[in-house]
Amino acid sequence: MTGGRIHGYKTEAVVLRHFPIGEADRLFVLYTPNMGKVRAVARGVRRPKSKMSGHLQPLNRVAVSLTEGRDLDIITEAEAIAVYPSIRNDLTKLSAAMFLAELVDGFSEERSSSPSVYKLLTSALDLAEVTDNPIQLVRYIQTRILQMSGFGPELRQCVACDTPLEPQTHLFSSSQGGIICPNCRSESGHTLMPIPLNVLKVLRFFQQNHAEKALDLQLNAQLLGELERVLDGYTRFLLERDMKTAEFLDLVNPHRVKKAFSIADPT
Amino acid sequence: MNSNNSHRRQDAGPVARLIDELHKLPGIGPKSAQRLAYYFIRMPEAEARSLAEAVLAVKERITLCTICCDITERSPCAVCDDTTRDRSRICVVEEALDVRALERTRAYNGLYHVLHGVISPMNGVGPDELKIKSLLERIKSDEVEEIFLAMNPNVEGEATAMYLHQLLAPLGIKLTRPARGLPAGGDLEYADDLTLSRAIEGRQAF
Repeated sequence: MTGGRIHGYKTEAVVLRHFPIGEADRLFVLYTPNMGKVRAVARGVRRPKSKMSGHLQPLNRVAVSLTEGRDLDIITEAEAIAVYPSIRNDLTKLSAAMFLAELVDGFSEERSSSPSVYKLLTSALDLAEVTDNPIQLVRYIQTRILQMSGFGPELRQCVACDTPLEPQTHLFSSSQGGIICPNCRSESGHTLMPIPLNVLKVLRFFQQNHAEKALDLQLNAQLLGELERVLDGYTRFLLERDMKTAEFLDLVNPHRVKKAFSIADPT
Repeated sequence: MNSNNSHRRQDAGPVARLIDELHKLPGIGPKSAQRLAYYFIRMPEAEARSLAEAVLAVKERITLCTICCDITERSPCAVCDDTTRDRSRICVVEEALDVRALERTRAYNGLYHVLHGVISPMNGVGPDELKIKSLLERIKSDEVEEIFLAMNPNVEGEATAMYLHQLLAPLGIKLTRPARGLPAGGDLEYADDLTLSRAIEGRQAF
């Protein structure tokens, strides 16, 4: 695919993020089904009469025409395929979708084809549009992105000695990508996170089931918080940085609404 | 690598240094910086001095209004100080330039509040980086009846407006948003679906 194109090409894409460059241009980070992550420039989209700017909003699913540039490709045409109005009108859903876009951005490489990740991303956006539990959706998709990127954690046996795990609270090792059993614990000096049995079970369930089943699970706020702690800790280790969108997602998380209102009411 | 470059240029002399400084400005590439620098060299000294003084004056005399956070020469600013203005309405905008744009219309007679940015989780900008605390303090002390959330109609602007909505809704003040639809001189066939559907929803009797 990549070798065949000469001057211009067309593709479908999800807009992961954008930032302004130059006088009136924007650089877009797109995720495409057949070329993975693509960085491209759209000229003049910051001018009010730009015909593309409304279509090229972050999290939109778009059909784009591009031409190869010297350094970055140029977006010549763009039309939205799906704009996700419900995500745009719900702060938690919006933050959740932005978090997932940052995850895909962080775990993908430029010009590296991965249709399954594209399918996961678009189905995640479709689900975010209709779900009433965007936080649980985030944790499910996060688990799947880790798996598809080759970092799916080992949750059935000890990563050090391959012994099947006893049903109890274990320790999760980010550096070894899985659970370490009590016998191997002393030999390991890496940063470890305690992972309660019910969290372990939910992660195993997420790894093996489709989104519909994963979203049907009844998880309380505490369990979702534990999942966040383990998954974000592991993600931070792999990306070697904090997720930029995590703080805001935490702020608007409906399970922690009080924190978001603390400025309005300091009592 | 860039900073190494600039150090070398500073040693190289005033022309190279000027080019380097101009290159830092938004929208100025290396060629434009060179062109401007050679324009300055040919410029009469009085004009060059006037330009330099204008830049310095901006830095020395311009502050933020203690009430609305707009960029101003005196605080409180002309709008906040104007007794003919409707003090029960506050229009919240992203940037000081938005105040200028709204003032040009002469259609709004209330007060303003400039956030100096927009919530952009993807770029790591959260509510704490914006002038939100001072807005909340203003609302508590003044008799405000309406907050007009005039953020830009894009993802970051909407996120900011929704966040402020969540924050302010419990206070029982009327919250409004600008109408959305087709721009003047626009083209129906090129409009995105979101804009078009809002334009249809908000259609008015002719």
